[in-house]
Amino acid sequence: MSIASPEYGTIDPGPGPAARSEDYLWTLNFGPQHPATHTTLRLVLKLEGERVVDALPEMGYLHSGFEKIGEHLTFNQYVTVTDRMNYISPMANNVAWHHAVETLLGIELTPRCSYIRTIIAELARISDHLLCNGAVGLDTGAFTFFLYGFYQREVIYDIFETLCGARFTNSYTRVGGVSQDFTPLVIEKIRTFVKTFPKTLDDMERLLTRNRIFVDRTKGVGVLTKEEAINRGATGPVARASGVTRDLRKDEPYLAYADLQFQVCCASAGDCYARYLVRMQEMRESLRIVAQALENLPAGPVNVGIDQRTALPTKKQVYSTIEGTISHFELSMSNRGFEVPNEESYAAIEAPNGELGFYVAGDGGESAYRARCRPPALLHFAMFPHLIRGHTLSDVVAVLGSLNIIAAELDR
Amino acid sequence: MPFTPPPIDDILAALAERFGPVESSVFRGQTRIVVPEERSLETLGWLKGRGFDLLVDVTCVDYLEYPDAKHRYGLVYLLASTATNQRLTVRVFVDDPRPTVRSVVPLWEAANWLEREVWDMFGIHFEGHPDLRRLLMPEEFTAHPLRKDYPLQGRGERHNFPVITRDHS
Amino acid sequence: MPIELKKAREGFSSGKLELPENVVVSRLDALASWCRKNSLWPMPFATACCGIELMATGASKHDLARFGAEVFRFSPRQCDLMIVAGRVVMKMLPVLQRIWQQMHEPKWCISMGACASTGGVFDTYAVVQGIDRFIPVDMYVPGCPPRPEQLIQAIIDLQDKIQREGTITGREFNTPGRQLRKRALVEIASPLSIDAARNPVLQRELAAAADAAAGRT
Repeated sequence: MSIASPEYGTIDPGPGPAARSEDYLWTLNFGPQHPATHTTLRLVLKLEGERVVDALPEMGYLHSGFEKIGEHLTFNQYVTVTDRMNYISPMANNVAWHHAVETLLGIELTPRCSYIRTIIAELARISDHLLCNGAVGLDTGAFTFFLYGFYQREVIYDIFETLCGARFTNSYTRVGGVSQDFTPLVIEKIRTFVKTFPKTLDDMERLLTRNRIFVDRTKGVGVLTKEEAINRGATGPVARASGVTRDLRKDEPYLAYADLQFQVCCASAGDCYARYLVRMQEMRESLRIVAQALENLPAGPVNVGIDQRTALPTKKQVYSTIEGTISHFELSMSNRGFEVPNEESYAAIEAPNGELGFYVAGDGGESAYRARCRPPALLHFAMFPHLIRGHTLSDVVAVLGSLNIIAAELDR
Repeated sequence: MPFTPPPIDDILAALAERFGPVESSVFRGQTRIVVPEERSLETLGWLKGRGFDLLVDVTCVDYLEYPDAKHRYGLVYLLASTATNQRLTVRVFVDDPRPTVRSVVPLWEAANWLEREVWDMFGIHFEGHPDLRRLLMPEEFTAHPLRKDYPLQGRGERHNFPVITRDHS
Repeated sequence: MPIELKKAREGFSSGKLELPENVVVSRLDALASWCRKNSLWPMPFATACCGIELMATGASKHDLARFGAEVFRFSPRQCDLMIVAGRVVMKMLPVLQRIWQQMHEPKWCISMGACASTGGVFDTYAVVQGIDRFIPVDMYVPGCPPRPEQLIQAIIDLQDKIQREGTITGREFNTPGRQLRKRALVEIASPLSIDAARNPVLQRELAAAADAAAGRT
């Protein structure tokens, strides 16, 4: 029996002041300190009751002057700073930075190095998607999903720690190569991960993918059409979930992707659920890439030869050949070392978040003249008001989580 | 084998026909053209019509300390085509005082925040931008940090805050 | 004085008082500190990479809940331990100060990571070179980022500190000079002024630059 039913008798509120819809407009400040695990973003939401009328995103709460530091550090020193950009997948940033630097310097990597960088970039992608989807789960209330994802990330951290000593913020790549080669123990650990991860991924999917609550909270929420995605500069899973079939691994193959078989995951709905599904599927494809690359890992040197004067020679070369000694000496001196042309170039990789590119300008010195990072998260955050208009307050966290906005990459 | 993007000579030829000769060069497989500031919006609009639908980045380089630089600021527009995977770099040079460029927000909505960031970091004014405010630095900040004459450690702004001690927190 | 109480006092001072098994004798300060240290409610002020290690410390492998710090409340009114994890930039510092002031006494602060402690890798125009310049810090955790084990060690050390110095009324927070006041390296004429008109350092630098230019031309 409802209050308005005839048996109960209708309640007549009587004439009162006519409420205009502007009376229900209120402003909510969301951030920069808030529990959604995306750190230091600010949204000023204009709400009418529960419905979002407009959103004003504000950023800059983590702007640390990365691009200015790039003008003062050498190419090999700056990789430590790129780690701190998209800190969920630091290996991908390292690969992107050195890809850009090697494009500028015109250095070609050894096959083994390409495969190694491919493997670590894909492991970083798995790590990123685990956290992104985990955060979407956490923000919509699924804590177990988040913890499962975090445990798998610990396994990946263990692999990275065995490889180069740091759990994350590894600074693993160097100009012309990497800092440590793969040891048999690392290969064994990656193989174990490849074997055990699919089962956990299945468990995680069983938790959320057909979960009625999750689907209701994310389907139809934050829809991005294909034209809008291209016009607003979206790249990566956000664009692919809207039907844009652009993936730099296939369209502009770099490293070892041209030799590996994998599929590009796209969806056409463009809502939060589609982005979640695209990321889940991308994790499976990444695992396929890692498995293939690991089985076909070419033998040979991992750094480029010492005649190119870029990567440090091995100790054996330094102690037994004169070229090795000279090369080591010259690279350690600050005014010698590799030659940088007075030119500018741009190179991008398909980072887990989208197209992460660096526009590097050289001026002959050992540090960049301008190191510009093209952050995918900036353009995604700029799209946020467009996506959230008309949705309710509870959809704000779902949309924000699905865009995977990492504040450090956003603000640099 | 490093990947080279698909060639865009036909587009460059059509561009030269429409707008007159443009200075173009190729470096590491990437094509760069220089466009004068007066025709930047027109040229970019024409390029968008010819298939460059994705604006990848808008950035700037301050050539104050660069060897043999003729202008101070070089704006860089990175364009890409989702259909044909072609890429193009468009450069526009502007100078002090009051460097100004026409805003490309009417063409690509992506340029909105990218141009705000260039204004914030370099002080280049974008004519026709709907909302040109600072993006990364606080609103009260007066300098443009990425210019070469601004020091890396700043000018003391980062130390200028009240100190809260234990006894009065 | 009642005879039972007199007897109890005499017995206690001569060591002959017998306590039943379920009675524990302690100081009120120690008891309060024991309660507080074992139920620290962290307020995670996670800004950057250290925030991820903070989340990892709270996750299942290195469980922070074992030490009582399980409840990661994001409201400053409900917390007593603020863990500043990550670099704090100029724009964020007033937010940090406001949240610190919104927390109720007793409260402690852990500065996690190199960036929060000293500015870390980022000696730039935007990053505050150590939050201890502007808010009082109890524990510093070095590392970039610190391992979860290091953060757990910091929580344990903070628990020892609370047990050692804690009082039930919070007298340890009111003693002036207890927390050394860190001076910023630059004299401040008036706070929160980042525009040139009220920033003496900037004015000095601009004047010097103008002199140099005038001297040159």
